[in-house]
Amino acid sequence: MATESAGETGGLSIHPMDQFIVSPLFGDGPVGMFTITNATLWLALAVVAVLLIMVISTGGRSVVPGRAQSVAELAYGFVHKMVEDVAGKEGLKYFPYIMTLFLFIVCANFLGLIPMSFTTTSHIAVTALLALAVFLTVTILGFVKNGAAFLGLFWVSSAPLALRPILALIELISYFVRPVSHSIRLAGNIMAGHAVLKVFAGFAAVAAVAPIAIIGMVGVYALEVLVAFIQAYVFTILTCVYLKDALHPSH
Amino acid sequence: MEGDIAQMGQFIGAGLAAIGSGAAAIGVGHVAGNFLAGALRNPSAAAGQTATLFIGIAFAEALGIFSFLVALLLMFAV
Repeated sequence: MATESAGETGGLSIHPMDQFIVSPLFGDGPVGMFTITNATLWLALAVVAVLLIMVISTGGRSVVPGRAQSVAELAYGFVHKMVEDVAGKEGLKYFPYIMTLFLFIVCANFLGLIPMSFTTTSHIAVTALLALAVFLTVTILGFVKNGAAFLGLFWVSSAPLALRPILALIELISYFVRPVSHSIRLAGNIMAGHAVLKVFAGFAAVAAVAPIAIIGMVGVYALEVLVAFIQAYVFTILTCVYLKDALHPSH
Repeated sequence: MEGDIAQMGQFIGAGLAAIGSGAAAIGVGHVAGNFLAGALRNPSAAAGQTATLFIGIAFAEALGIFSFLVALLLMFAV
């Protein structure tokens, strides 16, 4: 992606896309299927962070929660309420999956905000897998729960009869675009934000605009902290919406 | 020379695609502004609709991200 050096294409001393290069963690060999790369490391760290938040911190199970346990309880309550509000009582059966998704994405996003770290969720390969898993789960679940009635999702019964085939086609297309937009929304937002940070960092090398660039970076970083959480929230709530569609497909 | 023209087209295309980000900004502002207008009229109903707000923002934003993606592809992948 960023093989050309910044010197010949632009004036920036660092290329804004250099931070997304996947490179082997040990040695300089080619990146193969099972090479341990920096992406592997930060994905594993995200899992470790989830474990720390949910398992280790609630190990004491005190009646009056400490700081760490409060965070875990807040996160649990937050996602639980989200699933219940959007997908209904039946959706709560799938709460563990949605909770896992939310915590993993939140942890990966926030770990990516650490300077010099590698942002795993900025890669479409990572988010596409998450979105595809959601898409397949929801589609299979819809057919298992409702049988052929699941196709009612595409047949808008409230519309005039003449319009229904056209609407069915549009609904079908929008259904299959779901995993695409679901994955690109997360990856694109995170990637764009981190690239903007690096562009500002590049301006900081120019002495004349360095103070403005550094103040701008602080502002963009604060925005990125917000975006990291909101995008995880949006990913999770859309999963809930898709789940609701699978459980109650009638329009 | 031909390579230069191709590269110029690439850059112009990427710049044009970036207009889509501005359009998405209009869309997101529209969603959030209308939510606020409604929420100030009936604040008691606002709390229950924040999820809808974020879903609306997400859908509006997705298309802007698509145009950003087109710009990125033109710059780095073509």
